[in-house]
Amino acid sequence: MIVAKNITKQFGKLKALDNVSVTFSKGECIALLGPNGCGKTTLIKSLLGMVVPDSGSIHFNNELITNKWMYRSQVGYMPQIGRYPENMTIAHVIDMMKDIRKGIDKDPDEELVKSFGLKDLLQKKMRTLSGGTTQKVSAALAFMFHPDVLILDEPTAGLDPLASEKLKQKIIKEKEKGKLVLITSHILSELDDLITEVFYMQEGKLLFHKKLVELKEETGEAKLSKAIAKIMITQEAEL
Amino acid sequence: MCIFLCSVHGKTEAGTIHVGKNKTYTSVQKGIDAALTGDTVLVYPGNYKEHDITISKRIYVKGIQYPVIDGEKKSGIFTIHADGAVLDGFKIINGGRSETSDLAGVLIVDSYDVKVINNKLDDTNFGIYSQHSKNCLIKNNQLKSYGTNEVQSGNGIHGWRSDSLLIIGNDIAGHRDGLYFEFVTNSLVWRNKSHDNIRYGIHFMFSHHDTYISNIFENNESGVAVMFTHHIQVYNNFFIDNWGGAAYGILLKEITDGEISGNYFSHNTTAIQMEGCNRNNIFKNSFSNNGWAIKISASSLNNIITENNFLGNTFDVGTSGSLVENTFNGNYWDKYEGYDLNRDNIGDVPYHPVSMYSMIIESNPAALMLFRSLIVSLLDKSEKILPGITPENLKDEKPFMRPLKL
Amino acid sequence: MKKLLKYVIVDIVQNKIVLIYTLLLLIISMSVFNLENNTAKGLLSLLNIILIIVPLICIIFSTIYIYNSSEFIELLVSQPLKRRTIWLSIFSGLASSLSFAFFIGAGIPILLYHADATGFMMIAMGLFLTIVFVSIAMLAAGLTRDKAKGIGLSILLWLYFSLIFDALVLFFLFQFQDYPLERAMVVCSFLNPIDLGRIQILLQMDISALMGYTGAVFRDFFGNSTGITLSFIGLLTWIIFPLIISLKKFKAKDL
Repeated sequence: MIVAKNITKQFGKLKALDNVSVTFSKGECIALLGPNGCGKTTLIKSLLGMVVPDSGSIHFNNELITNKWMYRSQVGYMPQIGRYPENMTIAHVIDMMKDIRKGIDKDPDEELVKSFGLKDLLQKKMRTLSGGTTQKVSAALAFMFHPDVLILDEPTAGLDPLASEKLKQKIIKEKEKGKLVLITSHILSELDDLITEVFYMQEGKLLFHKKLVELKEETGEAKLSKAIAKIMITQEAEL
Repeated sequence: MCIFLCSVHGKTEAGTIHVGKNKTYTSVQKGIDAALTGDTVLVYPGNYKEHDITISKRIYVKGIQYPVIDGEKKSGIFTIHADGAVLDGFKIINGGRSETSDLAGVLIVDSYDVKVINNKLDDTNFGIYSQHSKNCLIKNNQLKSYGTNEVQSGNGIHGWRSDSLLIIGNDIAGHRDGLYFEFVTNSLVWRNKSHDNIRYGIHFMFSHHDTYISNIFENNESGVAVMFTHHIQVYNNFFIDNWGGAAYGILLKEITDGEISGNYFSHNTTAIQMEGCNRNNIFKNSFSNNGWAIKISASSLNNIITENNFLGNTFDVGTSGSLVENTFNGNYWDKYEGYDLNRDNIGDVPYHPVSMYSMIIESNPAALMLFRSLIVSLLDKSEKILPGITPENLKDEKPFMRPLKL
Repeated sequence: MKKLLKYVIVDIVQNKIVLIYTLLLLIISMSVFNLENNTAKGLLSLLNIILIIVPLICIIFSTIYIYNSSEFIELLVSQPLKRRTIWLSIFSGLASSLSFAFFIGAGIPILLYHADATGFMMIAMGLFLTIVFVSIAMLAAGLTRDKAKGIGLSILLWLYFSLIFDALVLFFLFQFQDYPLERAMVVCSFLNPIDLGRIQILLQMDISALMGYTGAVFRDFFGNSTGITLSFIGLLTWIIFPLIISLKKFKAKDL
């Protein structure tokens, strides 16, 4: 579905992506992991065309994405921090997104709008919302247009446990429909039931990209968090 | 008494000569030739193609319902060379033009007491021309010409070495200079309107002791210019709409001991420009909406400018040097921002009518591009607080708080 | 583009600063016309507002708005939209809402009290300057990522166009005093949209001084319909040129 080859991106002296190649296929739910500043967000932004890599190529459904924009109609993106024009209401924002996608999706998926209880808040202005509610809006928007690919950057940060559980269920549901889901998260524990693959980055480089099952076998741990911790310890020992 | 008797005597004996189609004489010149001193020549309506008509005796030549004298552009039309002759009520058209002499609609030569009244002149080169004449009356004439350039057109009413002329109620347009005097003294110019001329509305030099009252000088190409003259009196005239790079409401060049009062200057590029003018009294005039109200050269001394209203002028006073020898006290300036604590209608701090920007423009006309820009207002404000370039002594010590009633 | 524009305008029009700006303009223009017994004088006071306050508010508000919208812009970029559409929608949104604010705040009072050629020219120039400075703000915001630097840059640009440029012209005038500079000045005025606007308004309003002297050259050039057309084209260039550069920058920008 998404194939990136040798992408490199440098911000000043910092190499955010260093010759990263990757293939993400349909039906998988992939965790993008790694310490802060390892290049996860840059990778996501490259896939979305928000960051233009210095070299390398990214194909989406076998099409090069450079200077293309229509492919993004098949992507749902939930940013880490969502900020919206402060005088718009939730209804405005949703209407705007619907307008943007007009003709692409005639039957938007408003499941999350309902389950998050956003229906009652539709006339609230964005600047009056709490961080959590804003995240709910972002999440609802990401899922709204039946995208083939979901890119979720720290989706549960700021959400209350109930909402975060609802979101997780939604993710699983979409995954089972055969969609590709990319998630970054710091809270490894909540990823256990979701993901099928782990993509681990460090200092802009790909460290490993394995099936969750393989990873657990190799480390002998049942929990993702433990498995990752073990790898990091061995890594440090190697250094 | 004697004069009265003479005139009565003259009238009783005088005959009347009739000129016109089916009259005794069909030519104006022939009628005049036939007349005796003191006679009246009546010219009936019609079209007379004549030129160089000479009046050389004291007769009264009277047109009835404006008979047309058509010079066919050949030469001058009337020449008056007789004391006391009167030319009244003609329409004089199509005067000739010559490179070598000044051809006029009506030429008055070496005569006293001539009267040229109620005539309409149309497209004559010079209009009414008085040379070496005295005590002549030029009244209620209309002079219209269609000059396009200064070289090829003549003046409306032209005076040369004359004295005690009375020029009253004429309307002059389209000439080179509406009124032009050289060595014309002790004369009165009253209630004339000189407008749309291609150079000056009035232009005179060496014409001392003349008085100008209630005339209108409007929309002339270069406004009004007067030079090398002393003791002029300019009262209650209008100087309006004289626009252009070299146009002045009135340009005063080496004018001394003059009085300029009660005049109304509006919409002129420069209302009064003074060069080398001394001891003039400029008072009770109104200057409104001019580019510069007064421009005064450093060579002008001891002029007194007082009790005038300055309203809505772009610049109130412009000067080339750091002149000090003129008095600007006791005027009303609408740009004055001072205060009047004792409420005597006189501002408590002096007003400096010369702005820094006007000095800059004076030396550097292209700076006009910055007119009303922020930098210019900042410069002007700072100059007001700390004068450095503008003449410190040019100020109004007693500016009025309210406009004067003029 | 229309679909996005609508929402941007709805957002900006409700912005408190825009409301205050509109109200402030309205109060100033109404009081200027009511306090001065002479409407020409009122117009002159308004001239300074149009030449100084309007560009300042427009450039600073727009810059801040763009920076504050950076996350929103990111979100939009992740949507199936061309970057060009996004950038032009934001520009049009800012330009149209600020123009609307100007028209309500200053345009209507001018029409009420002084609906003649001068008034119309003033409104036209006010609108032009509004849009020009929105465009310049887009450029300032496009040039630097840092918000503080961006706002600093836009203030500097405003200072340059309203003061420093003219100071340089004055300096230049004195340096080359002995040469005929009238034509050079005509060219110079095209290098600064504020000067261009000011000269056009003054030619309608304060022709007395401009008519004499160098004014003749200015009048000959700017006074006829060709000159007015050229100034309008000049101002349009001042809108389009910074916008195109900023658009280029934005297209290649990493968000």
